[in-house]
Formats: sequence, structure tokens, C-alpha cells
Amino acid sequence: MSIDKTSSARHAAVDAPGAAEGAVAAVDPRLLVQQEGIAGYVTEFKRKIKAGELGSIPVIVGLILIAAIFTSLNSNFLGPGNITNILVQMAGTGLIATGIVFVLLLGEIDLSVGSVSGLSSAIFAVLAITHGMNNILALVLALASGAVAGAIHGFFFARVGVPAFAVTLAGLLFWNGLMLQVLGPDGTINIPSDNVVYKLEGYYFSDVAAAYILALVAVVIYFWTAFSQNRRRQQAGVPARPVSDILMRTVLIAIVAFGVAIIFNQYKGLPLAVVIFVGLLVITDFVLRRTTYGRKVFSLGGSVEASRRAGINVTVIRITVFMIAGFFAALGGLFLASQIAAANQGAGAGNLLMNSIAAAVIGGTSLFGGRGRTWNALLGVLVIISIQVGLGIQGVAAPIVSMVTGAVLLATVVIDAITRKTQRSAGRA
Amino acid sequence: MTATPVLALRGVSKRFGAVQALTDVDLEIHAGEVVALVGDNGAGKSTLVKTIAGVHPIDEGVIEWQGRQVSVNRPQDAQHLGIATVYQDLALADNIDVVGNLFLGREIRRYGIVLNEVEMERRSRELLDSLSIRIPSVRIPIASLSGGQRQVVAIARSMLGEPKLVILDEPTAALGVEQTAQVLDLVERLRARGLAVLLISHNMADVKAVADRVAVLRLGGNNGVFDVRTTSQEEIIAAITGATDNAVTRRASRTAEVQK
Repeated sequence: MSIDKTSSARHAAVDAPGAAEGAVAAVDPRLLVQQEGIAGYVTEFKRKIKAGELGSIPVIVGLILIAAIFTSLNSNFLGPGNITNILVQMAGTGLIATGIVFVLLLGEIDLSVGSVSGLSSAIFAVLAITHGMNNILALVLALASGAVAGAIHGFFFARVGVPAFAVTLAGLLFWNGLMLQVLGPDGTINIPSDNVVYKLEGYYFSDVAAAYILALVAVVIYFWTAFSQNRRRQQAGVPARPVSDILMRTVLIAIVAFGVAIIFNQYKGLPLAVVIFVGLLVITDFVLRRTTYGRKVFSLGGSVEASRRAGINVTVIRITVFMIAGFFAALGGLFLASQIAAANQGAGAGNLLMNSIAAAVIGGTSLFGGRGRTWNALLGVLVIISIQVGLGIQGVAAPIVSMVTGAVLLATVVIDAITRKTQRSAGRA
Repeated sequence: MTATPVLALRGVSKRFGAVQALTDVDLEIHAGEVVALVGDNGAGKSTLVKTIAGVHPIDEGVIEWQGRQVSVNRPQDAQHLGIATVYQDLALADNIDVVGNLFLGREIRRYGIVLNEVEMERRSRELLDSLSIRIPSVRIPIASLSGGQRQVVAIARSMLGEPKLVILDEPTAALGVEQTAQVLDLVERLRARGLAVLLISHNMADVKAVADRVAVLRLGGNNGVFDVRTTSQEEIIAAITGATDNAVTRRASRTAEVQK
């Protein structure tokens, strides 16, 4: 990355301002343009490693390590049943972590998501099962409760100016108390197997075709969007990816999609929980990276002052981000209730809050705002649930699981801190 | 140079409580002209810029825009007229790439909410090329750019609104020699495009290099407007520090007049 040292071209442009537009070549030779083909990937990869842009590499390496270690201990770890199990179990915590990614992008934190998730499951169970309300209506109200809780946090943070840490800490206590109040003296409400929430994690598309068709649709949509985007870039005359690049990525995605589909079909079929989780990740990723709303979230994470001067309504964005976090916490809570087929007093307690924040961070979302993707939530939660399930198979007790998860989180933030240092020295922090 | 100035301030005063920040200030800026605004700390440069930019409405006096009297009470008023201000702290989001920062808050959209990245990138390249701005890539985050590159990006961003007057607040402060040259080149290109530029600076070398006229503020009031070509650096500095306005010089000028 060299800055312009040759000033003759610029002076020429000053002398003849009318000719400036035509005189400047469309492509600057110093641009960081990737070479075509495999060689281009290798040089690009080397440059990224040197500059400390590890992205998702540490997490993926970590996942491979985890898989290798647990498979060597027990060959069933990578069996279709266990993989399906891990992927279904991760949906609840993963959805909560998705909401956390939004809040972390602002450089803030939401400590209330565990309690909000518990409250949502309690509200649903009481309305739908105790009072016999229409299931869908009860589901909508439970999700709305999460968004309302988030709006309250957002109001006190964005309008009143209380630190998000303190507001959501108060929320943690308050919503947990409200959940216990809603559940009443019984404490536990079982969710029958014909209930819509039970089906969130309990339903599988047993038809073999379902998984394959979905995989095919995903691959085709990916290829089509990438391809048409590229065509638009070419038509507009801005640098576009080589077609070989798009094909390579498509093949990679096809391998993952069909590989997972085959594994699902060897067990019970395509789990509904995975469809919803991945579908929501696609939507949230699109919202964050391709819409004006997402751009505003990122810009707030980068510089509040710059955002304000650019005319962005800071208060509205902050409140809506906390609403999104609350909504996803509520949705995750319903998935977790589905997992144990009950809403009980322990919902949202224990390690849930810390696991969901850890998942977002392990996945690669920066704690300092402005950097991250919702896919980070999937990678991070995959690490955490894999460790839990793997150690569970080995019969390792919960205290050890907690300690191992803590160590992994520490390792992640250490890697994050080191790469940030490297990035700073490479001028990319 | 056109006869009617793009912007003219006549007898502008501004008061903050007990502090008289600006007293009866006059200033004229024409199209295709770089006017440097200089003065010591606390002379009222920043206040004057903020009154033009609409951050602080004026208390007394008249602001004329292309010969027409206007009122500038909000930053939006100034923007609508065609006044773009680049503040010292640039206000760029470090984590967003150059294209995103250029269009921050006025993104080009498709279907109402979806970012039209292709069109924004094309227009960014066009804009940067037309200003002969060279940066490694329009798709790298602002954090990767040098101070000078950030400054030119911030100035380029102000050009998107197609302003007639650009106010630059200390654009070369904290820049190295090479980077300062880049920014000054850009200022000259703005002038060549027929824009009026108001340049706030502490650096006399920069002022001498690019400005056509120098307006000196001292203690919230005018202390002379000089033509850069015919004025020495010492004279400007004397006007800034007030060295010409003391008992000794007043006596000298009186005796000189008597002798005539």
C-alpha cells in the first residue's frame, strides 16, 4: 500500500483542469487488485496473514481441532446422529448470539438476553398452555415481549443516556423476576409434543428430498446473486471478481450444503431448527451488509460523531438494535424451551448469557464495535456446543465443561488482541 | 473573478453570554478564489466558520449569498445554499471503506433500502479521478489510509453535494510534508473548478502557497485583508499578532501623515 509519490501527474492536472477527467487512467496500477487464478488466492492469503486479517480462520481451525480430538476419543462424535444433535442444539444459543452481534457492532453489550429468553418461554407457556390461547398468537406475543424489553433498554440507553451495561444489568434482574412471577407457584409448564414450540426443535423434514432441494436452492441463489452482481459491476465499469472466483466459492458452498444434507438424511432428516436459524442468519447478514440500516449500524460502531454529522438518527438506530437483540433473545428462548419441552424457573439462567456473548466473540465479532457478521454467531456457537456435547459424551462433569469453554473464550480474545496489534502495525486496525 | 461574491459577510457579530466572540466582521469570497482565514488562538476563526456553516446563528449583521441576503440558522440551511464544511476532526467512520464513507448518510439505494454498491463505487471512482485523488483502493477501510489520504477523502466527500463554497478547517494540521502537498494540490484543483474556498490555517507557508487573499481576524474583529502576492509573510504575522497595532506603530503612522 504505497501512497502516491509521483506528483507530476497531479501537477499536470492542476495546470490543465479541464483535461483532468480524461487524463487519469481508469485503473490505478497500485490498487490492491487480486490476481486471477489460484496464484492470486495464495498471494492474497499470504498478504492477509501478514496483515493480521485472520477473519474466521482461527475459528475454523479450532473447529477442525475440536472435531479431531473428540473423534479420536470417540468415533461416534462425527456420526450423523451426533452432528444433527449439535446443529439442532446450537439454534437456541445461536439465535441469542445473533442478537448479541448487533449490539456488539455498536460497541455496546446486552446482559439481559438470558432473562429475556426465559421470560419469552414463560409468557408463551402460560398463554398457550395454561390459558389455552391460540399457539401462533401466543408465539407472536412472546416474541413481541422480547422486542418490547429491548425497546425499554434502548430507550434508557439512547434517550436517557444510561450506560447499556447498567441498563441491561437491571434488565437481567427485572425480567428474571417477571418470568418467575409469570410462571407462578407451579414453576414448570410442560410443552406437549403437538405444540408449535415443541416442533421448533422437534420437527424434522423426514423426506430425503427436502434437504437436497434446500441445499440446491441455496447454491443456485448464491451463484445467481454473485453472478448478477458481477455482471452489474462489469456493466458499470468497476472491478469485478473473476468468474473462476465465483465458481470456486459456489463449489465450496455446494460441498458444505450437500455434505450437511447427506448427514441429516442419514439420521432423521432436515431439522426445522437449522432451517430457521440459517435462514435468519442469511436475512440478518443481508440487512447488515447490504441495506442502509446495516450501514448505519456499522457507522455508529465506527464513529458516533461521524454518524451524527452524516445525518443518521443515532437514537433510533440504538433503540432498534436493542429491540433486535431482545427479539432474538425471545426467539432463542422458545428454541431452548423446545429443547427441554418445558418452560421452567431455570430458563435463561446459568451459563446461557455468557455462552451467547462468548459465541459472538469466539466467532470473530469485535468487542469494540464496528466489526463482525452474524455468521460469527454460528461459528462461535458451533465451537461452544461441540465442546459441551463432546465432553458430555466423554462423561466429563459440568464444572470442567465450563472451565474448558472459558479457556477457549480466553484463547479467542487473545488471538483477537494479537491480530489487532498486527493489523495496527499493518495499518488496518 | 465575478463581481458579486459567492459569500459576503457584512457587519457580523456574535455573542456568547458575556463574551463578544465576533465584532462587526466583514468577509467576501468570490468564485474561483481561495481566501485564507488566519488569526491567533481565540481570534474568532472557529466561531466565524461556525456561523457560516449554520452551527451558531449570527446575532447581528448580514450574510449575503450570491448577492442575495439569506439567513443561516441551521447546518442544513448552509448545505442547501451550497456551503460544505470539512471540520478538523474529519468525521469519518474508520471501519467503513472509502466508498461507504463518501456516501455515508446519502447512500444510493435500490428498491428503497438496499445499498447500490456498484453505482456508489462507480461514482466514487469518478469523483476521486476527477479530483486526481490517488488512494490504494476505494474498498479499503478508512483506518488503512494515511492522514493526508483521509483528509482528501473528507474533502472529496464534501464535493458530493456539489457545493459552491468549501470551508476547510485546518486541513494540513498534523500532516507531513508530502501529505500537506497532496492536500494543497487538491485545494488548487477545487479553485480551478471555479469553487470558492475558505481555508482556515495556522501555517503561513500553506497560506502563501495556495491562497489568493488573506483575511486576518484579531480579537473577534477584522484586522485587514491582504493580497498574498503583494504582502510579505511578516506583514501578515504582524497583523495576526497585532504588532502593527500598538502605541509605537500608531505614533509612527501619525508622524508619517503629519510629514506628508
